[in-house]
Amino acid sequence: MHESIIRKPLVTGTPDMHTVTEDVCRPVENAPSKAWWIGFTLAFAGFILWLVSFGYTAWVGLGAWGLNKTVGWAWDITNFVWWVGIGHAGTLISAVLLLFRQSWRNSINRSAEAMTIFAVICAATYILAHMGRPWLAYWAFPLPNQFGSLWVNFNSPLIWDVFAISTYFSVSCLFWFVGLLPDIATVRDRATGVRKQVYSALSLGWTSSARSWIRFESISLILSGISTPLVLSVHTIVSFDFATSVIPGWHTTIFPPYFVAGAIFSGFAMVQTLLLVARVVLKLENYITMYHIELMNIIILVTGSIVGVAYLTELFIAWYSGVEYEQYAFLNRVSGPYWWAYWIMMTCNVISPQLMWFKKLRTSLVFTFIISIVVNIGMWFERFVIIVTSLHRDYLPSSWAMFTPTVVDVGLYVGSIGLFFTLFLLFIRFLPSVAMAEVKLLLKHSSEEAKAKAKKHGHATHHPVEGNVVIATTATIKKGESNEE
Amino acid sequence: MKNKKFAIGLYDDEDVLKSGITSIQNKGQEIFDVYTPYPVHGLENVFFVPRSRLPIAAFCFGCLGLSLAFLMMWYMITYDWPMDIGGKPNFPVVSFIPVCFEWTVLFASFGMGFTFFMANRLIPFSTPRIMDERATDDRFVVAIEVNENNESSVADLIRQSGAVEVKYKTF
Repeated sequence: MHESIIRKPLVTGTPDMHTVTEDVCRPVENAPSKAWWIGFTLAFAGFILWLVSFGYTAWVGLGAWGLNKTVGWAWDITNFVWWVGIGHAGTLISAVLLLFRQSWRNSINRSAEAMTIFAVICAATYILAHMGRPWLAYWAFPLPNQFGSLWVNFNSPLIWDVFAISTYFSVSCLFWFVGLLPDIATVRDRATGVRKQVYSALSLGWTSSARSWIRFESISLILSGISTPLVLSVHTIVSFDFATSVIPGWHTTIFPPYFVAGAIFSGFAMVQTLLLVARVVLKLENYITMYHIELMNIIILVTGSIVGVAYLTELFIAWYSGVEYEQYAFLNRVSGPYWWAYWIMMTCNVISPQLMWFKKLRTSLVFTFIISIVVNIGMWFERFVIIVTSLHRDYLPSSWAMFTPTVVDVGLYVGSIGLFFTLFLLFIRFLPSVAMAEVKLLLKHSSEEAKAKAKKHGHATHHPVEGNVVIATTATIKKGESNEE
Repeated sequence: MKNKKFAIGLYDDEDVLKSGITSIQNKGQEIFDVYTPYPVHGLENVFFVPRSRLPIAAFCFGCLGLSLAFLMMWYMITYDWPMDIGGKPNFPVVSFIPVCFEWTVLFASFGMGFTFFMANRLIPFSTPRIMDERATDDRFVVAIEVNENNESSVADLIRQSGAVEVKYKTF
């Protein structure tokens, strides 16, 4: 494998393979730090709030929420789409970037995939909750029943959604678990006593033999290949929930690509939020470097721009279509009673990512953290705007209404964030949060140390032309390649 | 079961491992298996491992999922109980596409996943032969099956091939 030395290193400092193992296993093998306990306590309090809100909703019924006759979907579906969207970045990092051979994914894929799974769990809680009678959730599945059998309606995008979300969740879990096997085996080989038995069972007896690695690479590649269309299909089908209806503002063909871009946009923002904290608390700065953060910021910039174009296209098409209902729906979004939600969405999602054009800003940790939060707020408002402002003024002006959330609505939303962080903190406590095997793969060619060594051996000359650019002549690159073989 | 004895060579670099394997094999010594902390690219050029057939399994399971999904939906809403929903057709092939796709992916993934677990003998509570515990940390491990007659000569062979450590293990 030849890696150009003009590429930025993916591992900084001078870690060798054993250091990688030590650094990644440290949080798993030692008692959690004070920061972890503070985070976990807060998250767990959120989880309790979620339990209470969910229990109250199930007990009382959907009357506990602020819904009314006109606005039949509000925070529930807003939160559902928000969480599913956040999940998409994990699959993008683990699958799409693997297909494109982007080896910078190696050190962030594990935590991003974990984020996917936990985000989809949070999303699924809203599917359950918004049914009103969660114990009848199995009615969504095509099971034989005492009504004849009266089967589910396969023409409905809501049924497609059941299949899409459940498949996405199961396949993500499988992908994550297969990737975890070698690293669980590492923890197993270092552990003693009960911990050894637990990790031994979890590792399923992984031996890291040559044959198992060949199969491992094969299954990773195929899973990536089929997860890529899967992740695109999931948010496409989520957007069908709206796009196949006849509600002005929802009935648009732009929804599938626009939803997918928005999903990746918000997902990467959440990955940034999590990793910026995790790399400091877990001391993983050598593996999750500024270069990783910058690349993710560029993805946020690209997808944010796609989302911006989609917003403007929607506005233009609404005007250009000549359909007065459609025109009114958008006029109402921009200047109606919910104008503030629309403009929060516009500011957070369209203007703020454009700041990433400045290298100084996209390589600033504080700025990245702020923008990652801003983007997630913006993407929540996007879903709120699409759902509530399209519904609250329907065809009949006498039934126009406003939506006001209740305490239970707020509790269920804040609580789901608690549920998410509870799961995530348990994950970094008990499982290796960086794919050790995949990072070790990078050490020989893509680490700062390896590149410095290559430079020292005269494989390239260092010209201080533009800042820190390293220029290799053709002759030296050829020499490097021949040494490689 | 008869116990097997292995001579185990530990290497600290993937390139030394590759040249070491070649030099051992050139002496006519057969290697039992190689264990590495990460998938070493190009290892298959020196230590022959057959190409994985998992993609074939994935394809077959995918076809199964696709057919099952189509048959299920056809049976339910076309054959068993054709419902009139807004006068829409009872055999809506286009509406079948999303669910057919999802089940293709679901069956291909899990079919391939379980094939992967079976092929690698990945079973909970199984007791694998762990040649050396550092094979999952920072050592590349070569295991060669030995008997009383050749164990010392094999150990010398491994040592000469660039291994940093040689030991024996009996399972």
